[in-house]
Amino acid sequence: MAETIQTDVPPPNVDLDNEQFWAAANRRQLRIGQCTKCQKAFFYPRHFCPFCLSADVDWALASGKAQIYSYTVMRRVDNPYVLAYVQLDEGPAMMTNIVECDFESLRVGQIVEAVYATSKNGSLVPMFRPIDGH
Amino acid sequence: MTRPSNPGAAYIAGAFEHPTRLATGLSIAQLHAEVARGALEDAGLGIADVDAFYTADAPGLGPIAIVEHLGIKPQIVDSTDVGGSSYLLHVNHATQAIAAGKCSVALITLAGRPRAEGKITVASRFAGPDVGFESPYRSSVVGMYAMAAARHMHEFGTTGEQLAWIKVAASVHAQHNPLALLRNVVTVEEVVNSPMVADPLHRLDCCVITDGGGALVVVSPEIARSLARPKVRVRGAGEFVKHIRGGYPDITSSGAVVSGAQALAEAGVTPKDIKCACIYDSFTISVLIALEDLGFCEKGKGGQFVSEGNLISGVGRLPFNTDGGGLCNNHPSNRGGMTKVIETVRQLRGEAHPRVQVPNCDIALAHGTGGWIASRHCSATLVLERE
Ligand SMILES: [Zn+2]
Repeated sequence: MAETIQTDVPPPNVDLDNEQFWAAANRRQLRIGQCTKCQKAFFYPRHFCPFCLSADVDWALASGKAQIYSYTVMRRVDNPYVLAYVQLDEGPAMMTNIVECDFESLRVGQIVEAVYATSKNGSLVPMFRPIDGH
Repeated sequence: MTRPSNPGAAYIAGAFEHPTRLATGLSIAQLHAEVARGALEDAGLGIADVDAFYTADAPGLGPIAIVEHLGIKPQIVDSTDVGGSSYLLHVNHATQAIAAGKCSVALITLAGRPRAEGKITVASRFAGPDVGFESPYRSSVVGMYAMAAARHMHEFGTTGEQLAWIKVAASVHAQHNPLALLRNVVTVEEVVNSPMVADPLHRLDCCVITDGGGALVVVSPEIARSLARPKVRVRGAGEFVKHIRGGYPDITSSGAVVSGAQALAEAGVTPKDIKCACIYDSFTISVLIALEDLGFCEKGKGGQFVSEGNLISGVGRLPFNTDGGGLCNNHPSNRGGMTKVIETVRQLRGEAHPRVQVPNCDIALAHGTGGWIASRHCSATLVLERE
């Protein structure tokens, strides 16, 4: 079970396009789009496939294993943080924050895993942290 | 160069950049009016001649409110808003409308006062279905361009010193522009030693924030022939929206790959024919990626291209942003596309500052990137020609 960490991040704006994603996040699950027609996985998940427009899609469970595609350290704020894209093992990349990390030792390609951050209203937000030794 | 037959050509007959950089006492509506008057006077036309109106920055009921405010009776309005490249799209769309015989004098205005209002972020009008999956991660404009720069460095070995050359070139030009917000010439060392904002982008890798605006008048060939100003023809145009494609991002290149190829092909020219380029410089990395995507150098070689001084007028092969660009001169309303077209027109008319004027500047390019280069953005390219 992925860990939960405390942060000061804003809560997600839950709406009809994303409520399934955030409901799953509150159960410590990371959901991605998976098309049953063309077989492609995609992010962000949505009610149809962005490759073939089929409505036959699943909000599939992702492993939470990923690697850093690109990242930046946002320095000009009271509490600097890492904005990143991570490429999930299932294929697609997602925007996220890298947490519990040493800013200076981060690198593109680094292996990371999902953790869940408690946002300001208590709802959980999937984030990623380096796996020791990677 | 082969010249395609293009009987429905259009011309930029008027161009005006508002001189203010801090519009404390000027409303947005007043700025629209002042830039409209400036561009129409530049063209030698009046407000009654205008039959099409374009803007992405209208308060209230979109273009309708400004049309009423200025007293225009347009047959076409277009408020396409794709961020900073909007005004290049408007030139493209006005050219198409003129070519189709739908209008003959298109007025395009930009006005904004983010500095006076203290608003430095892009408005929430950009919130779409993507935002719900991203907002808790505190994304920002500079963060998105920084991630593109970090990935470019990873894939191609580009360095902070190379990016700094883009700011250096802009500052060398800005010293000759009395209206430029920043007129001091900076060095590579000063750029890389300025405070880190979002790794690997430093403070001096970022554009200025200013108020003001600008306007353009695009006219039919018949109208252009009747006017006294040098004739600047819209010879080619292209636009393309690029996004992260369902989670498979490629953030080291932009929509310029398509918009640039389209504009150059329509103009029947190659990058070698371009004498001067005005390229949206929200950040240094925006320029580097555009230079590669537009074909001025090979993909991944942008760092080498700029560090050889190629962007400096009188020194290199592709003088860029000879007014100082968004990095030093002006970035009204957080939208740099308009000022790129205006400076391109100045160069083609031979009206740039003598110290930065490119000799025999007959074909030039203007390029904009609107939105966020590392996620979703709209690239737009114009190839303009002095006839
Ligand atoms: Zn599909």
